[in-house]
Amino acid sequence: MERLRTDNVLKILKILKILRRIAAYVLRVGSLLLAVSVISFALVSASPVDPVQQYIMGIGPVSDEQRSEIEAYWGVDRPPAERYFSWLSALLHGDLGVSLLYRRPVAQIIAERFGNSLALMLCAWVFSGLIGYALGCVMGMNRDRWQDRCIRKICYLLGSVPTFWLGLVFLMVFAVMLGWFPVGFSVPVGMRDSEVTIWQRLHHLALPAFTLSLMSFSNIALHTRQKMIDVMNSEYVLFARARGEDRWTLFWRHGLRNTVLPAVTLQFTSFAELFGGSVLAENVFSYPGLGSAVSAAGLNSDVPLLLGITLFSTLFVCVGNTVADLLYGFIDPRLREVCQ
Amino acid sequence: MSRAGSGKGLNRRTKALLLTIFLTFLMVLVYVSGSLIPEEAVGTDLQRSGQPPSWAHLFGTDNLGRDLLLRTLKGLSVSMTVGIAASCVSAVIAILVGIAAAVGTRAVDGAVSWLIDLMMGIPHTVLIILISFSLGRGLRGLLVGIAATHWTSLARLIRGEVMQLRSQHFIAVSRRLGKSSGWILLHHLLPHLAPQFIVGLILMFPHAILHEASVSFLGYGLAPEQPAIGIILAESMRYLSSGMWWMAVFPGLLLVLIVLLIDRLGENLRSVIDPYSAQE
Repeated sequence: MERLRTDNVLKILKILKILRRIAAYVLRVGSLLLAVSVISFALVSASPVDPVQQYIMGIGPVSDEQRSEIEAYWGVDRPPAERYFSWLSALLHGDLGVSLLYRRPVAQIIAERFGNSLALMLCAWVFSGLIGYALGCVMGMNRDRWQDRCIRKICYLLGSVPTFWLGLVFLMVFAVMLGWFPVGFSVPVGMRDSEVTIWQRLHHLALPAFTLSLMSFSNIALHTRQKMIDVMNSEYVLFARARGEDRWTLFWRHGLRNTVLPAVTLQFTSFAELFGGSVLAENVFSYPGLGSAVSAAGLNSDVPLLLGITLFSTLFVCVGNTVADLLYGFIDPRLREVCQ
Repeated sequence: MSRAGSGKGLNRRTKALLLTIFLTFLMVLVYVSGSLIPEEAVGTDLQRSGQPPSWAHLFGTDNLGRDLLLRTLKGLSVSMTVGIAASCVSAVIAILVGIAAAVGTRAVDGAVSWLIDLMMGIPHTVLIILISFSLGRGLRGLLVGIAATHWTSLARLIRGEVMQLRSQHFIAVSRRLGKSSGWILLHHLLPHLAPQFIVGLILMFPHAILHEASVSFLGYGLAPEQPAIGIILAESMRYLSSGMWWMAVFPGLLLVLIVLLIDRLGENLRSVIDPYSAQE
């Protein structure tokens, strides 16, 4: 009876602990998102670009009366803090405003374009993760041999190549000269959305996704190489070698288990770079995703869209980091014990 | 002590040192030659527009008849100026923030890590676009955007390094012997941080240049008539389908070459000044 009660108390304490961790986490993410909204709003408000002028240029000539009506409607004359709070309350109600560039609600544009971007980023992410990890293992297991030196050279080279230039060269060689891939866009021009087959979509996706994955795989390959070298230099591997384990067994028992988790985590924390890269890749390939929308929004002073995409991309990065944290906590047996 | 003789007598350290000097010289050469080219040399001349590479114009000419080699060199020197200025500012921010986080109270550390999370939470390109937009999309916006966003990873590195150093036995012994925090900072921490700082600064430089090029490519930053690499490449995109491949290939190649050289310079310098590898 006494025993049962202590068990229950311990259980409740454990649950409370977990709840506290979740609360701290939510607080952290919430404060980050709130800070991003404040900072981006402040940055946009500080801009010398006049949004009303931009809006009027879009709809054609207006009289002074109409202009002041628009200004009053937008609340340009109100103090920035007040404008921020009215924007925030609209945001919390799910209203992100109307894009000046596309004349449609921002939330609708983001939803539509994120689908395209997600397909692109997911392909690039999976591809670069697999290739990068495999190459990293090859490098780490063959330290300072020709395989290591060759692949490392390629990785360093790719790290120094701007994504958009690589995209340009691919576009030129594979699309313009060889004609293997279409020159841009996510679907064939002049076709209705329902008529497009999945193969046509993939055909349009291939070149941008390949470009994007080339940008990020060197990072994970070099990281995995270092981890693998650390593992191979450890005393337990020395002992395993002394026991007579061959290279493949060494890799399977020690190398893989100790390097796969950091690699997966790194891949999840690379969402920010992935999104940043997709801005460039989408611009080169005229791919209608969030990345091309954000640069167009900035260039055309489309403030609601710019703010909306900034917040959304922050949320996207947050999701990646959260998954990475959870993975670390749940999968790694050492950390799981610490958590408990 | 071995004297640096000629030919095979050089040890690795001397070789790395000589290579560092040579690479620095090369950088200065590109920079100076780029900034010495007069404006007239890259003027438009419609009679020779769109010429493929030849001996007279090694990189060919663009759609307005401007010599691409000269234009690219000029663009590189602009990019390098932006890169140097932005990475110096960023590196100084990084070391200040990193040390403050490591030796400050828990609240300071928490605030710094929150700030870094915040900066890293917004995708880098998007953040630069935002900052550039808020400053009116000029050169100033570009500079501030790049300088304000590159310090995070180096600051984290320095924070980690200081934390690790603080838990070392010799620091604990030093403290037990009654040395003040300032003395420890000056005599134990800073000498260990100097290599990290210098190498971090140089390795930040290529990132800054690449970001400068990409953001100019997107249309932010420098004005369209200025010869920045990003702008040249953005122009080339419009002429891709007309077969003017040299407009895209050569300026990009030269940019990659410069970035590789700077990277090499940083790695070399690391192997010379890092105490862990200096003896290899």
